Amino acid sequence: MIEVDLAQSSVRALNQRLHRIGPGDDQRHWRVVNPNGAHAIAVGLTAPLHVEIRGHVGYYCAGMNAAATVVVDGHAGTGLAENIMSGSVRVHGNAAQSAAASGRGGLVVINGDASARCGISMKGVAIVVGGSVGHMSAFMGQSGALVVCGDAGDDLGDSLYEADIFVAGKVASLGADCEEKEMTAADIDHVATLLGRAQIAADARRFRRYGSARRLYNFHIDHAAEY
Amino acid sequence: MVSAPRRYSAAFSPEIIAEIERAADGGLYQIRGFGTLRPLPSFDDLVLLGASISRYPLEGYRERCATDVTLGTRFAKKPIELKIPITIAGMSFGALGASAKRALGRGASAAGTSTTTGDGGMSEEERAESKILIYQVLPSRYGFDPAHLRACEGIEIVVGQGAKPGGGGMLLGHKITERVAGMRTLPAGIDQRSACRHPDWTGPDDLTIKITELREATDWEKPVFVKIGSARPRYDVQLAVKAGADVVVLDGMQGGTGATQEVFIEHAGIPTLPALRQAVEALEELGMHRKVQLVISGGIRSGADVAKALAMGADAVSIGTAALVALGCNRAIHVEDYAALGTAPGACHHCHTGRCPVGITTQDPVLENRLDVAEGARRVRNFLTVLTMEAQTLARACGKSHLHNLEPEDLAALTVEAAAMAGVPLAGTDWIPGRNGY
Repeated sequence: MIEVDLAQSSVRALNQRLHRIGPGDDQRHWRVVNPNGAHAIAVGLTAPLHVEIRGHVGYYCAGMNAAATVVVDGHAGTGLAENIMSGSVRVHGNAAQSAAASGRGGLVVINGDASARCGISMKGVAIVVGGSVGHMSAFMGQSGALVVCGDAGDDLGDSLYEADIFVAGKVASLGADCEEKEMTAADIDHVATLLGRAQIAADARRFRRYGSARRLYNFHIDHAAEY
Repeated sequence: MVSAPRRYSAAFSPEIIAEIERAADGGLYQIRGFGTLRPLPSFDDLVLLGASISRYPLEGYRERCATDVTLGTRFAKKPIELKIPITIAGMSFGALGASAKRALGRGASAAGTSTTTGDGGMSEEERAESKILIYQVLPSRYGFDPAHLRACEGIEIVVGQGAKPGGGGMLLGHKITERVAGMRTLPAGIDQRSACRHPDWTGPDDLTIKITELREATDWEKPVFVKIGSARPRYDVQLAVKAGADVVVLDGMQGGTGATQEVFIEHAGIPTLPALRQAVEALEELGMHRKVQLVISGGIRSGADVAKALAMGADAVSIGTAALVALGCNRAIHVEDYAALGTAPGACHHCHTGRCPVGITTQDPVLENRLDVAEGARRVRNFLTVLTMEAQTLARACGKSHLHNLEPEDLAALTVEAAAMAGVPLAGTDWIPGRNGY
């Protein structure tokens, strides 16, 4: 375990050390202390590292992550794990807006609540939120799954493409072109699998599924009022 | 009996009537490619003041007039060095076919300059052919891949473009092939609506942090460009600089597009001429002119345009539509296919249909095969070289040993409007409208 104290070292130095770890290196486990809400911690990782951050982080923690496992023992600012490609990112606390934005793969777990636009423009990432999500979550979601164990705010899934949304609690309102779908046995299995990977205890059968009505896929005057 | 000539309404011209009929019939706004069709104040309204007795010129074919430019000198460890101050603007794979991207890359590389990706990500073809490739970070983030971010020479955060400042991209369903859909993680055949706002930042303070993230992910090696459409360039340029941009790319109203609403192209933003002046003034106010490089685009077609843009204070220009025309856009071949689109060579702006007769803005393999990559690359290189030589010709005539030595003092305006917009005197006077209380 390599420990980096951000009270003594810069984020820039930390990230460069993390980026330089090659396939043959054995420096796989890292602990970051005193993050103090700093931005862009552990962004652009490409190796299968385990990075544990003790404290709160600012914007874009674990942004563009590939292969690495990043765990935040605190709260996260805007854009947590934005454009994640693979690997996993877990936040034990809450996440601010745009968590996992445009994520293309991997797993993002938020044990607490996620704010507005969680999963915006998601492109394949799996997101599991132990608490609730804010408004416009999964906005323009293209692919992947957003699992919300609590409630969802207004305009859930607005302008949705092919991402799947599963919510156990209440949905304040659905966005344009988002509708409730049948929850099949395969969907229940899918949710159960994601909950298992996220290590969050919840009954998959309690979830309801939301997806695209596909009415806005091609321009048509009859659907102009949807926008 | 003498018949009276027909009289047409100026307000309801035949073109306006036809458009109202089209809208009423189809129930959809007009979507098209290319750029503005109506006349706008432009670089044509400026002239360069060649040397005579009060200034002396350089010998046209003997004395050196340098053309090199370095972009990204502010923060990046590896600034971009170009042999000519003319770059190829961002155009998406999707809007353009792979052959066009390949030809642009090869031609630009032969001329010593850069190309730029577009909405939809980086194609293998353009990476392979482009010695210097700028990777765009767009609101849609279609196909955004950090591996591509690391593989490029520069990063361009796209906030807007001149054809549609405030609007997102558009790619109609008939151009969303399986490959394009796969790169964008979208179903094939849908009318794709790109976002107009970035998913993970809002406003200049967030942009500062976003730029920092991109620098951190690439170990501060690559220059970060910020591209804006010309709406309020004085404020937007200063905010981009404040946010940490190495380079500001300003796209004027005449900038082209693969597809957007006609109402956007013709009625949003301000022309390149006043936008450039305001951008330069904004940089000068901050003491950042030449420290943060300024790239101007939107209606650059000739070496005269290049020289005038540089004289007004740009560090480089970027071309999109002109580069496509060099490739063969609107060329008088396959005329029957233009006719099938309801148009003709010289009047085609049907990029949005995907039925480009010359194989540039298409994903149809039959049409795309009409574009010979080697010949296209040769034409692009030739065109870039001609632009450079024309600009050098004018610069030497003004007595300049480097294109960047051109200055506003070398310019005069032919119209009152251009004088006001460009901030140079009306020809034959010392009058700059709006200055000194007049």
